[in-house]
Amino acid sequence: MQFWIIQGLNSLSLGGLLFLLSSGFSLIFGLMRLANLTHGAFFMLGTYFGATALRSFDGLNIWVTALGAGIAVAAIGGLFERLVLTRLKTNPLGQVLVTLGMSFIISDACLLLWGGDSIPVPTPRNLQAPTRVFGFVFPTYRLVLVGCAVATAIALYFLLERTRLGAMIRAGVDDRQMARAVGIPVSNLFTIVFCLGAGIAGAGGVLGGPILSAYPGLDADMLPLALIVVILGGIGSLLGAFIGSFIIGFIYTFGTTLFPELAYIILFLPMIFVIAFRPQGLFGRVGA
Amino acid sequence: MKWIAAAPLAALLVLLPSFAGDFYINLASQILIAAIFALSLNLLVGYGGMTSLGHASYLGVAAYISALLTSRYGFGHGLAAIISIGGTAAMAAFFGVIALRATGLGFLMITLALSQVLWGLAYRMSGVTNGDNGIAGLTRPMPFGLSLDSAASFYWFALIVTALAFFMMAIFVSSAFGSSLKGVRDQPRRMAALGFNPWMIRWITFIYAGFWGGVSGLLYVYYNKYIHPTSLSTTSSAEALLGVIAGGSGTLGGPVVGAALVLLLKNYASAYIERWNMLLGLVFLFIVLVMPTGIVPGLNKLATALRGGSR
Amino acid sequence: MTRLTSDYALEVVNLKKAFGGLTVTHNISLAIKPGERRLIIGPNGAGKTTLFNQISGDLRPSAGAIRLFGTDVTFFTPYRRAHFGLSRTYQIITLFSGDTLEHNVTLGLLGLRPSRWQMWRPLSHYTDLATEARRTLDTVGLLHLAERPVSDIAYGEKRRVELAMALAQRPRVLLLDEPLAGLSNTERAQVKSLIASIPRETTVIMIEHDMDTALELAETVTLLNYGRVIVDGERDAVIADERTREVYLGA
Repeated sequence: MQFWIIQGLNSLSLGGLLFLLSSGFSLIFGLMRLANLTHGAFFMLGTYFGATALRSFDGLNIWVTALGAGIAVAAIGGLFERLVLTRLKTNPLGQVLVTLGMSFIISDACLLLWGGDSIPVPTPRNLQAPTRVFGFVFPTYRLVLVGCAVATAIALYFLLERTRLGAMIRAGVDDRQMARAVGIPVSNLFTIVFCLGAGIAGAGGVLGGPILSAYPGLDADMLPLALIVVILGGIGSLLGAFIGSFIIGFIYTFGTTLFPELAYIILFLPMIFVIAFRPQGLFGRVGA
Repeated sequence: MKWIAAAPLAALLVLLPSFAGDFYINLASQILIAAIFALSLNLLVGYGGMTSLGHASYLGVAAYISALLTSRYGFGHGLAAIISIGGTAAMAAFFGVIALRATGLGFLMITLALSQVLWGLAYRMSGVTNGDNGIAGLTRPMPFGLSLDSAASFYWFALIVTALAFFMMAIFVSSAFGSSLKGVRDQPRRMAALGFNPWMIRWITFIYAGFWGGVSGLLYVYYNKYIHPTSLSTTSSAEALLGVIAGGSGTLGGPVVGAALVLLLKNYASAYIERWNMLLGLVFLFIVLVMPTGIVPGLNKLATALRGGSR
Repeated sequence: MTRLTSDYALEVVNLKKAFGGLTVTHNISLAIKPGERRLIIGPNGAGKTTLFNQISGDLRPSAGAIRLFGTDVTFFTPYRRAHFGLSRTYQIITLFSGDTLEHNVTLGLLGLRPSRWQMWRPLSHYTDLATEARRTLDTVGLLHLAERPVSDIAYGEKRRVELAMALAQRPRVLLLDEPLAGLSNTERAQVKSLIASIPRETTVIMIEHDMDTALELAETVTLLNYGRVIVDGERDAVIADERTREVYLGA
């Protein structure tokens, strides 16, 4: 019984992390029609930043670190978007290729700066003590991660549904030409959304550190998961990314624990199902 | 095709082993293998308008099947080759059905995801694939009893296969089917209205591209006598894609030139720089930003301009 | 010619098309006899091109049926309808601009032939196709431009190439979507005489805004407005009908 509950919680926390990873990806794809292949690298960059910061400064607050890393990664993303992506407005294939190139650059830079060994990240001290719920013992940090994902989802929901910026973003997602025609500064919006997406991924990377550790190849492990979440949940749908993240979190966790050799196939199956029978994903808009 | 320029080039290629050392002969073999791989990808990208980031799947799967059949199950090379290519083509047919549910970016993402799944399998299923250790100690085939172990003999074998591949692909792209493929790339609705079946045309091309990708995979594993999951990685697919785009996707010659450049860069750069991936990424950025149509079309334009320009 | 299985070349039965909350096609029914020359008119936004797109299979109707010579083709893909004898031209030129005129027409000819699946021989091997393509270009007076890329020729010439491609397949039903749009006077006269010379084996259904020229070519007329059929019948009767006047002068 304990096994199922632990795995269940692990699934939830992985799902939470996946949401932090894929919400940005989904937003960027939804608004900019760009499959940002750098996204896994942004996440990994956050994990490495967090690893160094938390190991060097004992007792450093993880939330502050996450915020700091998020801003740093957002800045890097913003520079990339302004200097490279905007020059390729008429070449969507080129845009995808440069995000691929950028992911190689970032991942190799991480290898250069941090070496090839895996760097474990300490769980914040005040969250190390386990929580007791109904007689079961849970690692507190993992519960907190789920809370983070929910908080981020709510914050993003408010941003998109209740603010003017959000309205502009939604307009851009629905109909880019029309949005431009009514005076919405679409290219500035692109930069903002790209930074936002990269930043959330970076912050998510810090928060994921204690669970995943920082290691070379983390980006290559996370990116396909983000892709699968977005294909499953539907492009441009926050709700889809949220639900998709947790579904994949469960499938991946139970899959790797029960059938370690076939984990990728188990992930593969829902993706095939979705593409074959509902190509727009669970909640996506048709023709995205 | 410019046959006049081709003759001295062909002579050069055939006679290479007589004036170059083993190191260069081996480098040339690697270029030929990369050329077939890039050409097969270009059937999809350049002629079909379908950009795939998962083409390494076909190279890797063919290589692994051959490696496993010959080293673990005692199959002869001939039969192993047939099963490898057949299996790879069947996998391409299956992947094609899934990937062709989408176009453009959706197609790209699905091909990427599928190849990552294969890579993950190659890594994790150590019982079958030996995981991170790869499969070593493989042998080269002996067609008609001739050994391919020397650099020169393998080179000529690869040259024959490459020439065959190039020739068949040239016929393919200029055939009725090839013309219909280009038509579907340019105006799919119009083609459907004319009576062509766009999905079937794309699917058949996908399988054919996978077939030749598998052929390059066989040459790859024969050359290296070793196979490792990195051959299935996104980096491997990306190198081929870079070769296609850098060389120019609209022509047959472009991918060959591009693949050669990427390989040479990789070889020389790794002598000086440890971080090949970073360099690959920077080259990607450079090519896409500065020379989006590729080198061969750029040179073609230059040649036309020099000849006095035709308008 | 194949045996006719019904009295009508094209039947549209209670066709309906809605995009979400917006209904573009409201219960449209048409019956067009073989060899007829039908003109479909109506103000902008009346749903004429949407109707064509449903007939050609580019759009799936929300309800209703489409029959070609008695066979229900409502769920046929566009390419299957082409094999059934349906051909169409588009409002926007969709030719292969980088290729020569001859190549464009050759593709048009290949569409219905089994040899389109050939992968082992260069296309140039099929000299009969080339001959036929050149002959087709000759019938529209464009043989002298056969080797030029489509991007090089005039707009009116492109329209004629499109028409040539559609006619080369000897269709049983031909849909022409605003074939005269954007043409100069001379070009209009050329295209008009081309349309007038289409053999009776082909049923012609045309959408047009240029009333004068189009009405000369039409035998029967259907007037659409807001996705509905308002008037339908012999040309002169429709022109004289009060409702026609209302649609064009009333709004």
